[in-house]
This record gives sequence, C-alpha cells and structure tokens, in this order.
Amino acid sequence: MILTRIFLALCLFLSAGALSAADGVGPDIPQATGEPHPEGNDYMRRWHMEMLKHDRDLTMYLGIRPTDTSLAECFECHTVRDEAGTPVTVEDERHFCRACHDYAAVKVDCFDCHRSTPVDFDEPSPHAFLTRGPRFRSWGADDPEVLLAYLSQVMTEPN
Amino acid sequence: MTFRMPNGAKLADKPTRRDFFKSGAAFATMTLAPGVTLMAFGGSAASAVVDAGKRWGLLIDTSKCADDCDACVTACKTENGWEGNGDAERDVQWIRKVTLRNKATGHESSMPVMCQHCESPPCVDVCPTGASFKRDDGIVLVDKHICIGCRYCMMACPFKARSFVHEPVNNQKPHAPRGQGTVEGCTLCVHRVDAGGIPACVESCSATGNGAMLFGDLLDPTSEIAQRLAEFPSVALRPDLDLNPGVRYAEI
Repeated sequence: MILTRIFLALCLFLSAGALSAADGVGPDIPQATGEPHPEGNDYMRRWHMEMLKHDRDLTMYLGIRPTDTSLAECFECHTVRDEAGTPVTVEDERHFCRACHDYAAVKVDCFDCHRSTPVDFDEPSPHAFLTRGPRFRSWGADDPEVLLAYLSQVMTEPN
Repeated sequence: MTFRMPNGAKLADKPTRRDFFKSGAAFATMTLAPGVTLMAFGGSAASAVVDAGKRWGLLIDTSKCADDCDACVTACKTENGWEGNGDAERDVQWIRKVTLRNKATGHESSMPVMCQHCESPPCVDVCPTGASFKRDDGIVLVDKHICIGCRYCMMACPFKARSFVHEPVNNQKPHAPRGQGTVEGCTLCVHRVDAGGIPACVESCSATGNGAMLFGDLLDPTSEIAQRLAEFPSVALRPDLDLNPGVRYAEI
C-alpha cells in the first residue's frame, strides 16, 4: 500500500513537467537560458540528483574537480531573477529548484551548505529570511502590532 | 525499471551518459539485481588527483611570523568565505594567530594554528559517521554530506582546529560549501592543491614578504619543504601525542 502511494507520488512528480501550468495542474517551471540538456528534460527531471550525488564523492575523496555536473553550473542557466533583475536565492519561492520541490513537497538539503545563485552574485544574509522569508513563516510574533494585539488579548481573557 | 509518463513519453532507464563517461573517472559497474547496482572506482589513476604517494604539509617558521600580522587569517577568510562573528564561544575559526610564551624565559613567539592534518587524526578516530576522513594525500577533511554535527571531532582535536557552524549560511564559495549544523576546519585549500596551487594562507604570507609559511610534499625528498625539514630542526605541536602532524613549526 505504502509502495503504491510512493509510486503514485513519484508519478505525480514526474508528470509535473509534462503538464503545463496553463492547465492549472503542475508547477510553473521557470524558463532557463542557454542550450537545452542533450539528455532531454525528462532525463534531467528523473536523474539530476543522482548525477550530482555521484560527482560529489568523486570530488571529495578523489579530488576530481572538473566534473561534468556541478551544482554551481546549474545556476548558469537556471537562475530566476526578481523584478529588479537580481537572482533570487532558494529562500524565495520563485527559485528554480523550489518550483517543483515545493509542488512535490520534497525537501532539498543542498542549499544548507551550497549557494543557490550564480557564483558572481553576492547573496544577502540568510538572517533576513529568519523572520520574513517564506521558509520561516511565523504566526506574526515578529510584527509588533500582531504581537501587541495577541498579548492584550491574552491579558484580557479570563482564565 | 522503466518509468512511463502519463502522456506516453518514456523516461531513460538509468543514468548513463554523464555519470559514467563524462565525470572524468572510469567505473566498474555491475548489476546485482534489478535496481541494485554495484559501482566501484578504479582504473583511472590518471584522472584521480589524490595521490597516495604524496603527503601535503606545511612548515611554519615562527621567527619570520610577525606578531601583528594576520594576513594568513584574512586570506583564508576571503578564499573560503567564512568570517568570525565576534562571539568567542561560537566563533568560526579555520585558522587563528596564537602567541606562545615560555614561562621560564618570557620569550614569546607568534604563529598561525590551523588543522594540523595529522597522520593519525583523532578527529577521524572518533567520528561516528565517517564524515571526518583523511584523503590519501594526507589532507584531513569533513564530508559535510554525512556530518551530523555531533562535534566529537572538536572535542577530540588537541589543537582546537575545528569549529561548528551555529547559524544559517548564505553566499558560500562554490569550492567551500559550509552550512549550519556541520563542523568545518582548514582544508589546506584542497581545491587549490588539486589544481596544482598552494594554500591561500601561504600565498598571502609570501606576499607580505615575511615568507614564514612553506607548503609542499613531505614525502618528496627533492621538495623544498622536505629539504628544509631534513636540514633544520622543527617540532610538531603536542609531540607527546604522537600524531605526526603534516604541519610543523620551526624556531618556536
């Protein structure tokens, strides 16, 4: 039963790319720049994590650095820019990786340690997102007005 | 196993092209059972940069290290994208300046201390996940993919060479990933060494004109560092522990 569910979830995830956002189903995948992958998008959707995982160990233990797949390279083409033309980090829900990962509810750990924007971009401090970013939604305790309203409500409530 | 998409498009069966031919190393692969594949590195000594016949090390001449100079620390910060947060309890320190004072004579010497890249590293001994490891060429690293942040290595290290990342990090250098909940330390600028370069601290030390740091292969008798070590006296920090560090100090 669980296996069936996992399989269905996987199918849903895989089919995400096939369905256009115009259908109202599936994520809205940001447009990339540059040449398309020779393997095709279906291959990349299914195997991108395996490709990265394999190469990371080659680099770490054997020192092989000019590998063909690297996370840094992804963002040469897969960068989403905001209205001001600034690349968005993974804290922003418009980020390329989040388009599908949010949709499929698959947590991506890469960016705990790796940068999520092109190399030449100066990423803002992550602290800005601790209280305001979509990654750390709070009930509003960081907003003084919400906090005051809550406190006054608590104080006036009979025990 | 073949996945079929609802619209009839067929997905590729296995990661083939890039993984096996373009990543720069040869593999032996064997399918044991459907969905279980054994992959082994091998037969690609030319492409593997890590050479077990080498042992990278540093020689630090403390007589040339100026008390008020911290060029090596600054260079390390710039190169690897870390900075101190001013809180001594939780500060990140890949490298730091230390002043030693001989109590009997009052003689003081200043020197940088970083991961000593021990031959028998205590941090590797105690690591419960195998994240702390020594490369074949003697460089001691943390594989942050499997580090669980338990900090045993920090307790085991007699040089206090490792630090723990307490807060979320952004804007990392691509060659020096670092993130909350993992332990980190000097990598001997492994990305530069793999490319045939020298660590950033050594480079900046030469640039200041002090030239207190020397990098090289300890096992190559023709290297400058090996010759200097053979000719002049040098010590390991905490020689009583018999760790045989790759970093040695002269004129302490």
